[in-house]
Amino acid sequence: MTAVPMTTPMLPAEFADLEPFAATWCLADEPSRWEQRLASSMEDMRAFYDACFPRAEEAISYCDKFDVNALPEDASNLLNLLFSFALVSYPIEVWDQPEPVHTGNARIDRIREPRH
Amino acid sequence: MSPGDLYPRPAEGTWTEHYPELGTSEVSFQDSISPEFYRREQDAIFRQAWLNVGRVDDLPKRGSFFTKDIVAARTSVIVTRDGDGVVHAFHNVCRHRGNKLVWDESPTQETSGFARQFVCKYHGWRYGLDGACTYVHQEDEFFDVEKATLGLAEVACEVWAGFIFVCLGKEPRQTLREFLGPMVGALEGYPFEAMTERYSFRAENNSNWKVFIDAFQEYYHVPPLHTYQLGPNNRDPNLTFEGAHYQLDGPHRVVSTTGVQKHKWPPETMYPSEVLLRSGNMGPWDAHELAAEISGVNPGGVDRWGIDNFQIFPNLEILIYERNWYLSYRFWPTSHNTHVFEADLWFTPAKTARERLAREYAAITVKEYALQDCGTLDGTQLGLESEAFDSYPLNDQEILVRHFHKSVGDWVDAHRRALGDETLGFDPMAPPPVTG
Repeated sequence: MTAVPMTTPMLPAEFADLEPFAATWCLADEPSRWEQRLASSMEDMRAFYDACFPRAEEAISYCDKFDVNALPEDASNLLNLLFSFALVSYPIEVWDQPEPVHTGNARIDRIREPRH
Repeated sequence: MSPGDLYPRPAEGTWTEHYPELGTSEVSFQDSISPEFYRREQDAIFRQAWLNVGRVDDLPKRGSFFTKDIVAARTSVIVTRDGDGVVHAFHNVCRHRGNKLVWDESPTQETSGFARQFVCKYHGWRYGLDGACTYVHQEDEFFDVEKATLGLAEVACEVWAGFIFVCLGKEPRQTLREFLGPMVGALEGYPFEAMTERYSFRAENNSNWKVFIDAFQEYYHVPPLHTYQLGPNNRDPNLTFEGAHYQLDGPHRVVSTTGVQKHKWPPETMYPSEVLLRSGNMGPWDAHELAAEISGVNPGGVDRWGIDNFQIFPNLEILIYERNWYLSYRFWPTSHNTHVFEADLWFTPAKTARERLAREYAAITVKEYALQDCGTLDGTQLGLESEAFDSYPLNDQEILVRHFHKSVGDWVDAHRRALGDETLGFDPMAPPPVTG
């Protein structure tokens, strides 16, 4: 992962250490996050997971300073990053591969979810 | 047999023998592989039974509508909330020359929204939300046309506990409440209406619809297939599982589970993210506990109740969790060996980002393990279709599978009897009927 120094940060300044992952993982819906998960290497996902895990509690507390239904854009991005972290935790912690074990040809699409 | 003794079983010794009409012999699976049997199910079940097509949440205001394609019943329905707030259902077919009335991009895709009227794309006929024909294009070209008699074909529609059901039979043999019976009907007191935050999933699976329902109505498969639900130091495919309570009522079934609540397990048995996010396959840990006295829930009165898994005939499943959320699954056959799976997860609205993340993690978890079920399912259908043997043995933990297939067979037989066909029992060796 390389940093993106010349563009406007997506995340609050307190989370600048996670900014290198923002362009890839601040995705607004589960279908995009799932697609990114399947397109990512285990190595990249582990780097993202390892960077996020120790910051997750602080990131949740940061988002909780706002109304969950009216988050400022950078906090909204941070929450989407946490959603991606939660999704990536499965390949890293559970399956040791991007897809669940025994998925075969199956596919399940998320077609509705709350928005923030 | 000498079943486990974690939970008391009925006086007969097993759940299955408590319902002697089920028998204990091996069960034929022809009903899951035969195209001819599927054709019988279409008429005997999907055009006769009450079918859940949505919830009142899908019709939030007057003028709301959605369409639901019921391939097995060879139709699509429009469900509307009219100007007076009344919920209706109609065949989604123009009364003129039979064009599918409401669709957007493609007539093979469902749609929903808000409308004042429906206009047929073909010749411009219009209908109100109450189904009445309000406009016939070039009306004076017709012969004695009476708009009042040309409304949409109404479909019986009733709402129970916020769940919208339709019945495609000409005259429903039972009201919806009669059909649901006392066991399912008692759930009416559950606060479904408070759970408005929804995650929806859809999958197209390569199996008979009943084969997937079977995967969700026994927990015998959980330790071997879902070994990964426990952390790597605690995985044991030889673990056993026993349901705490099984109950049958008409064609409907329930199994309740119990045990130490997931959030009270030692942290070392869990994944780091479960502990961090305080959520997982049993839902968000910090949701307030559902009041134990809610009517209909935990019908067996088991201690440390965890989940009620209600299987509502023919194709609706409602899973109620102790952590104050529920799942509804619907299984829609599209042929004898394919179906569409729809899943909705329902929570009270998240009040904070922390709560929303816990719900998100629960929704992620449901999909992870459901993908294992879906993937395995292909293999089950392929295996059954090989007809390497004729029947399978079912154990006491699979009593609901046994009851489901018996209920389906009973409905198919009853329909044949009603049509004057006295040859009961499906004979897979019989030649297909001559058609054309």
